[in-house]
Amino acid sequence: MLTSMLPEFRVERNEDRCIQCRVCERQCSFDVYGYDADHDVMIHREENCVACQRCAVLCPTNALNIRINDYTYKPNANWTREHIQDLKKQAETGGVLLTGMGCDKPHKIYWDHILINASQVTNPSIDPLREPMELRTFLGRRPDHLEMKDGKLQTIEHPSVELSTPIMFGAMSYGAISYNSFASLAQAAYEYGTFFNTGEGGWPKELRKYGKATIVQCASGRFGIDLDYFNDASMVEIKIGQGAKPGIGGHLPGEKVSEHISQTRMIPEGSDAISPAPHHDIYSIEDLQMLIHALKEATDYRMPVSVKISAVHNAPAIASGMVRAGADVIVVDGLRGGTGAAPKILRDNVGIPIELALAAVDNRLRDEGIRNWASLVVSGGIRNSGDVFKAIALGADAVYIGTPALMALGCTVCQKCYTGNCAWGITTQNPYLTKRVNPEIGTRNLVNLLRAWSLEIKELLGCGGINSIESVRGNRLQLRGIGLEQWELDVLGIRGAGQ
Amino acid sequence: MSASEAARAKKESFKSRRVIKLDATGTYYKDLNREIRARAQEGFRLFEVNNVYGQRYLGTNLWGIKDREKIRIRIHGTPGSDMGAFMDGPTLEVFGNAQDAIGNTMNCGRIIVHGSAGDVLGYGMRGGEIYVRGNVGYRVGIHMKEYMNKVPTVVIGGTMQDFFGEYMAGGRIIVLNKFFEGNPPIRQSYFIGTGMHGGSIYVRGDVEAHQIGAEVGISEPTDEEWKVIEKYVAKYCAVFGLEKRQVKLLKREKFWRLSAKSKRPYGRMYAY
Repeated sequence: MLTSMLPEFRVERNEDRCIQCRVCERQCSFDVYGYDADHDVMIHREENCVACQRCAVLCPTNALNIRINDYTYKPNANWTREHIQDLKKQAETGGVLLTGMGCDKPHKIYWDHILINASQVTNPSIDPLREPMELRTFLGRRPDHLEMKDGKLQTIEHPSVELSTPIMFGAMSYGAISYNSFASLAQAAYEYGTFFNTGEGGWPKELRKYGKATIVQCASGRFGIDLDYFNDASMVEIKIGQGAKPGIGGHLPGEKVSEHISQTRMIPEGSDAISPAPHHDIYSIEDLQMLIHALKEATDYRMPVSVKISAVHNAPAIASGMVRAGADVIVVDGLRGGTGAAPKILRDNVGIPIELALAAVDNRLRDEGIRNWASLVVSGGIRNSGDVFKAIALGADAVYIGTPALMALGCTVCQKCYTGNCAWGITTQNPYLTKRVNPEIGTRNLVNLLRAWSLEIKELLGCGGINSIESVRGNRLQLRGIGLEQWELDVLGIRGAGQ
Repeated sequence: MSASEAARAKKESFKSRRVIKLDATGTYYKDLNREIRARAQEGFRLFEVNNVYGQRYLGTNLWGIKDREKIRIRIHGTPGSDMGAFMDGPTLEVFGNAQDAIGNTMNCGRIIVHGSAGDVLGYGMRGGEIYVRGNVGYRVGIHMKEYMNKVPTVVIGGTMQDFFGEYMAGGRIIVLNKFFEGNPPIRQSYFIGTGMHGGSIYVRGDVEAHQIGAEVGISEPTDEEWKVIEKYVAKYCAVFGLEKRQVKLLKREKFWRLSAKSKRPYGRMYAY
């Protein structure tokens, strides 16, 4: 218990409405509530509140209001409340500040400075309700040219995977998220014809039936990896970096390694699962090439191999190396990408926004004439279908969504994933809490999300007079910037609004 | 047994005993490995590959083949990196030196090297055995782990270089520091076991405190551990055709056990 902290949130209870049913007490996993039987009142320990809103949502009489605590230090533009509280926490513990989810700092969100075009009079718009619209997307290397002979395609095809919509669920491991959440993602991806990514925590045997919708990860910890793991999936992804914490590894504490997680990761129960910062067999592009081809050998060249990095300053040069090393798909994860746990100082200060990284990587690969060698997937900061559309127009083939998918399962972005106490039952392994995600409802909500965004993307295509997502890919003429400086427009490769 | 079944059984038995000889001269690794896979799928189990010069990923693509633990590939020459990467069952025997990343993330099987091996041997290895007659390079045994009845074991006849057994989470590595001419002395190796949180390294010869990571403790092997060491030394002698009495020459008091002081080396680093 830290003594120098002000409660971050205030619990306001309308006593006229409260019926002392104690739902709030049972639902709160952060020990905010108690019941005083002598006086028949609920008591509050506000210092524990994380504003996940679980209690407020489930209160049957809407008696609770969780709001930001208005205690204030003397206003100071430099020493904000966050800085002061963080510093005091560190003075008491001597530890690295942990946090969850993606960067919450007000770095410029470029999606909000990009506007999409529409057709008027000439090149008429299309009504997606009446005309076919194509969202189908293929990921994998494209041949340099096609050769036809006697009406038959002669070029040897590189392996690829087919998506019904250019949206996939990003890597979230079983361990970081609960089994029910993980299974919901797998089933929803399978039902909708897209993909989910296992992350680096292995892949439970009973979910292998969703192999057609599964991308498996090979990360530095090599957890749960054997030849079946690769060959039961449809694509293998080498994880080098993650947008939320570029350049560092992962660490699942032993207390989260339950019996089933231990089986899935193939490590002893209760032992720490530590992912080293680098892959120790990759110290160069040549080494990366070696692992890419080891995975191709291990899967008999039947599936594309993907490489994921976080968006860093020299991402374009690294991406070029990745493509030349034989990656069929490259994934760039931006500054705002989420995580189950990361040092706060890294999450908030390391990396660059995905919009800029995406445009720069796409430019570089085009300039070098190797854009067709690999598909480009981006993630980290996609919030709605408009962001997806803009990402594709900037040059992406598809996107991964992580945080939005968790929100469909109940997440309210309280950023406490690292505590393992998620009141919504998502980032926890506590059986009392994990029951809160019902896999059937979770699957339905995720499928709904994919369906809703796909319909909206079709609307955006139709208003621009376009009937296929392929025609938007890298079509930056569809975009205009607003409130951007010239250098930003140059990096994004778009013109300003009105130009 | 019907006549046709008997004929099939005879054919299978013939296939499992016949040695397939391959000449790797000028052969691209992909073609070489495909050839081995195709013959293994036909039912052949013994392979002799000659003139191997740097072909990578030998033994990696033998996924899904029945009885793959009976596959035995004898390799003459110098195989390339990632030999036996992700391997799950077969035995590879190299009559020569091996390159880097041997047995990378290996799950099951056996690798025998009648010479020295390069860097990153046994990275992320979960099961199986690797025997190296001579020395190994840098970053060997990083993040080895064990699970249930799988305890990966690496036996090194000579010595090793820096960053040995880093992040080690399970399994055992035995360094005999013997049987090989011109070993670099053990004291040249630094950062042994940095970040170690499981498993054991047994080293014959003195290891100074400044050579090991802060997370590593030095102790004497227990009686039980000594039995395991003896067993693997006997196996080492057997695979390399050394006389058994060599085992007796190894004095128990020369062996030190390096292991993690804590299963949670980074447990107290964070503010919640």
